[in-house]
Amino acid sequence: MKSLLRPALSLFVLLSLITGLAYPVLVTGVAQALFPDAANGSLVVKDGQAIGSRLIGQNFNDPKYFWGRPSATAPMPYNATSSGGSNLGPLNPALADAVKGRIAALRAADPGNTAPVPADLVTASASGLDPHISPAAARYQAGRVAHARNVDPAVVGKLIDQYTEGRQWGVFGEPRVNVLALNLALDTYH
Amino acid sequence: MTAHTWSLLGLYLAVMLVTVKPMGICLDKVMNGEFRFGARVERPLFRLCGVHADEDMGWLKYAFAILLFNALGALAVYALQRLQAWLPLNPQAMAGVSADSSFNTAISFASNTNWQGYGGESTMSYLTQMLALTVQNFLSAATGIVVVIALIRGFARHSAAAIGNAWVDLTRITLYVLLPISVVYAVFLVGQGSIQNVAAYKDVATVEVTKYDAPKLDAAGQPVKDDKGEAVTEPAETRTQTLAMGPVASQEAIKMLGTNGGGFFNANSAHPYENPTPLSNFIQMLSIFLIPGGLCFTFGRMVGDTRQGWAVLAAMTVMFVGLAIAAMHFEQQGNPLLSQLGVDPLAGSMEGKEARFGIAESGLFATITTSASCGAVIAMHDSFTPLGGLVPLIGMHLGEVVFGGVGTGLYGMLVFAILAVFISGLMIGRTPEYLGKKIESFEMKMTSIAILMTPLLVLVGTAIAVLAADGRAGIANPGAHGFSEILYAFSSAANNNGSAFAGLSVNTPFYNTLLGIAMWLGRFGVIVPVLAIAGSLAAKKRLAVTEGTLPTHGPLFVALLVAIVLLVGLLNYVPSLALGPVIEHLQMTAGH
Repeated sequence: MKSLLRPALSLFVLLSLITGLAYPVLVTGVAQALFPDAANGSLVVKDGQAIGSRLIGQNFNDPKYFWGRPSATAPMPYNATSSGGSNLGPLNPALADAVKGRIAALRAADPGNTAPVPADLVTASASGLDPHISPAAARYQAGRVAHARNVDPAVVGKLIDQYTEGRQWGVFGEPRVNVLALNLALDTYH
Repeated sequence: MTAHTWSLLGLYLAVMLVTVKPMGICLDKVMNGEFRFGARVERPLFRLCGVHADEDMGWLKYAFAILLFNALGALAVYALQRLQAWLPLNPQAMAGVSADSSFNTAISFASNTNWQGYGGESTMSYLTQMLALTVQNFLSAATGIVVVIALIRGFARHSAAAIGNAWVDLTRITLYVLLPISVVYAVFLVGQGSIQNVAAYKDVATVEVTKYDAPKLDAAGQPVKDDKGEAVTEPAETRTQTLAMGPVASQEAIKMLGTNGGGFFNANSAHPYENPTPLSNFIQMLSIFLIPGGLCFTFGRMVGDTRQGWAVLAAMTVMFVGLAIAAMHFEQQGNPLLSQLGVDPLAGSMEGKEARFGIAESGLFATITTSASCGAVIAMHDSFTPLGGLVPLIGMHLGEVVFGGVGTGLYGMLVFAILAVFISGLMIGRTPEYLGKKIESFEMKMTSIAILMTPLLVLVGTAIAVLAADGRAGIANPGAHGFSEILYAFSSAANNNGSAFAGLSVNTPFYNTLLGIAMWLGRFGVIVPVLAIAGSLAAKKRLAVTEGTLPTHGPLFVALLVAIVLLVGLLNYVPSLALGPVIEHLQMTAGH
């Protein structure tokens, strides 16, 4: 099968150069020209300093901020160089323990709140970097945030409404709130 | 199932089915040399590479060409990983990858499995991502497609000694179909928010300080362990978040289009930089089925009766809809053990899912990615409810023929069709024939090998891993779920899917080696018999259709085909599924 060797080798090298170098370089060029902001990570800049990305969640623990999805990345939550989920099975006692601990933390920060806890607020996301929570998870926290900031809960509720994105084109995905954007808005206005 | 879930499924099916015919015509024209512009491009290329474009290859030569081409691909991926520390485009100074992990990844990407024992953003340099992994995303997809085209030629031709030219086929599908669609697709993804750059990772100063437990390191940089072997931690805090960068969109596009599924990042399509919006997610779901669906039409067109293609597509669609409804339904049920703790049960099982996708899209995507041998994920299958997680397993256990991988799905289904006409031939006492070709002993031997290869690899591999201490050491979740993790790993590897119950620690010499072997045999142990069938069929005369011929384009045949696929899958896997997800479901409903 010697007659196969030359076409195999040369075709492999040629197609590698086209698909492995020329193609990504072309896409990079077009992307940087058309969508430079997105191509470089959709960064949020405040006072000339990058403070995050609109697409990558951050860790929030302070009662005066809305908290995002629990993150299972190691060693710290929301580690954007090591994305991933918890991979805990539904019956793993470690999952129930983790959820129990998160519910306890939410209740400790907001003792009067007896509403059922929205699932996305106490379960780890798939990427560990989820930038969003459900509108229900935001409303669940509105009382705590309003109390910690000493503002009218209705004002916080209005801000949540303002930052709630509906389903894309009315049908794709789920309604959601970008946690970083909402918290930055809180800091700006209140 | 909510109204939104139904409308999502309906919309997906409608748009997907609309793409079948145009895509099928396009593939037919390109693969049969009717794309005029291409002739001008390829002639100098072929001269340069020493390809004799007018040579028609017999099946054996075709198979050797495919094997050689893919072996070269695997070698290149291995070498690039081992040497990446000394090569350019490595701003994060990633070290060379270990021998066993490189071996596993090389086979994984060359076999279109794209199983990943590593985390992309913490392991691979940009050059490796581009020149090793992206290249194989193209070439392994091309390989699958040309093999099914060769098989279809076997049906379409008669009294012929050859099934096409492997070099010409590989070049045409790569340059005229995969590449142009990927360019447009990648730019679209950036428009939605995917990143595309070769910059170093970016540090940002976060709003809050993050407190965490950092593993304690000794003077040599190794983690310190206590008496019990547990890692010692110390409190730490940081205000810096480091954002992984890279040429993501270009890899993402072909990863979905070629049903590869190997993520740029560890979190795969769940990562917001890979799959930023629900719209990008819908397009990703469509692109998985784009070529596998289109090929059904190509098949009908090439054998001169488009009804034959629609019949195969109908069989696939019926099974797919059933699986998708099951996955979305069971994930919506949520986890009763968490509801007891005070979690709102209405929202469904959200562990390991993203808020922007929610339950419906996560369940639908999981079904698509495992029906097709894509293996990309937007949710962590390991955290699915027991029966929700059963659906991806079944998708793989049916042999990846419900749409399946590009090319592989259709040739797998056509092999099942041969089995179906053989069994029905036995029932009515006639010599079985399919599309005017008599099915004889040689075809049935090859069909048996092709169908039994993957169950053998899955069940024997799972048994070895469960018995070996090294195999059990990787289990992350206790009980029946731990068994499911191992079963999933071998199902995924042998069927060239690539998704995982990712809790299983597989980046060990044991799993890297065993799964590597399963991926190679699961791929080429099927491709070679399929090409043998192609060669044998091409050589046969075409029989005239008579009153006694079993029609293979009507609802009766569709039902028969579905029944055969389900029967073979059930007979092979019911015992092992009973030991994993089924037990786990019973435990969950009993409240353990």
